[in-house]
Amino acid sequence: MTETLLYLIQQLINGLTIGSTYALIAIGYTMVYGIIGMINFAHGEIYMIGSYVTFIVIAGLLGMGMVSLPIILIIALVVAVFIASTYGWTVERVAYRPLRGSNRLIPLISAIGMSIFLQNYVVLAQGSRDVALPPQITGGWTFGDPAVFEVSFSYMQALIWGATFVTMTALTLFISRSRMGRACRACSEDLGMTNLLGIDTNRTIALTFIIGAALAAVAGLLLGLYYGVVNPFVGFIAGLKAFTAAVLGGIGSIPGAVLGGLVLGVTEALTSAYFPSEYKDVVSFGLLVLILLFRPSGLLGKPEVEKV
Amino acid sequence: MSQLLLDVNGLTMRFGGLVAVDHVDLAVKHRQVVSIIGPNGAGKTTVFNCLSGFYIPSDGSVVFSGEQVAGMKDYQISRKGLVRTFQHVRLFSKMTVIENMLVAQHRHLKTDLISGLLKTSSYRRLEQEAMDRAAYWLKEMDLLQYANREAGNLAYGQQRRLEIARCMVTQPQLLLLDEPAAGLNPNETKELDELIVRLRDEHEISVLLIEHDMKLVMGISDHIYVIAQGAPLANGTPDEVKNNPDVIKAYLGEE
Repeated sequence: MTETLLYLIQQLINGLTIGSTYALIAIGYTMVYGIIGMINFAHGEIYMIGSYVTFIVIAGLLGMGMVSLPIILIIALVVAVFIASTYGWTVERVAYRPLRGSNRLIPLISAIGMSIFLQNYVVLAQGSRDVALPPQITGGWTFGDPAVFEVSFSYMQALIWGATFVTMTALTLFISRSRMGRACRACSEDLGMTNLLGIDTNRTIALTFIIGAALAAVAGLLLGLYYGVVNPFVGFIAGLKAFTAAVLGGIGSIPGAVLGGLVLGVTEALTSAYFPSEYKDVVSFGLLVLILLFRPSGLLGKPEVEKV
Repeated sequence: MSQLLLDVNGLTMRFGGLVAVDHVDLAVKHRQVVSIIGPNGAGKTTVFNCLSGFYIPSDGSVVFSGEQVAGMKDYQISRKGLVRTFQHVRLFSKMTVIENMLVAQHRHLKTDLISGLLKTSSYRRLEQEAMDRAAYWLKEMDLLQYANREAGNLAYGQQRRLEIARCMVTQPQLLLLDEPAAGLNPNETKELDELIVRLRDEHEISVLLIEHDMKLVMGISDHIYVIAQGAPLANGTPDEVKNNPDVIKAYLGEE
């Protein structure tokens, strides 16, 4: 294989890795939008909190002398998912539910306020500087001719791919098969009718926030370990990217969020591979503008039919 | 009084200065089909919205099964067994027919997440009961063969029937149908006619109907209320209403 091709493969691997974490976060945006038609701008902060909790738990367990990495990771995952979900649920309960039924702009502003609040709350609690964690998962596979170009696929990247795949599958099964998933789908089609049929829609909405936050925590754990650093502001950019991914794929559609995340991740990786890396965001947000111009409902979104 | 399923007295709905419904009285007995007719804009749907809790009536009382329901929330009223359909089909069109039927029974499946995950025997029994009830009503509505189809892909008449099936699965006592024959062809209207009679005679529920199809209304109603410009104009049996000069003047037009 030629160097160009191997280089391309490497960039695709990197892009799909980042893209799959965007997809995990994007699902939280898309599910909430699908049900109550609002953009939860505090969602990126939930991801950031998930990352912090992961770091704290891992550092704590290592400090206590625990050595088994899989056990450490599982404990970190459980704690991060639990705490992030609690935050997700609380944010909905405190900042959005009381505003339900009011003008759409009002919960949006409340969400931005929540985002700023959480960011600064973490700054106060954890400091604003980068917190670093030494790489926990090292090594990987390499292939290609070392004399030409060596493609590496690290264990960490494999973990991100695997964890994303398992999480997505679990979510898909939950949504399509379970009773609560059925209620979620009913809510996203017609909230008023679902309520009328006697389903506690507030509970279903709360559940959506919890699921979204849990997925964001998984992403927080994975990306935190991948980059090895976290600061209180990572949620803002990651949230913006994931939001872009959700819109790209068609907001309200779960497969759309996944596709949007992957497309965005790959686009970014390819841009920074062939152009100066400062162009990364220019191209990915430019892509967003183009898609919205020519396909306003996103890649997989269905055009909204006006209800009469 | 106790034999009345629905007893509405002096129902009034004002929007600012506009009186949309003005002192309307209605009475529905058990196992009765009662119709509300009137020209377009007479306030029929507003009456439905007041009864089903979409609006809080400005004045008057709505007693359902001996209980005052005026002012209650829509979902509270529907839980009490007063269930409605809308002028426009409001199915979950991206879900399958059977899923539509199961969502409607969500409330009856009183289980928690844990027993759902573990699929305990009580959970499975409840799921099975919900499934059986869904299948029963789909069969009654001649929809069983479409159970796994997306609701949005059904023909219009079938969607109408599915809406009624979805109401029935919640085991209502009184069904409010808002123009169920709108957009149906004569054949489908005839089927609907038979269906409503069957709901009353075999399933022993009452139906309150808003309908413009006079043949349907006159054929199946036990009692008819006529309202015009928000106010009650006349009421009586189909024959009485048909021959009432006021009704002929206001509704059917002057000769």
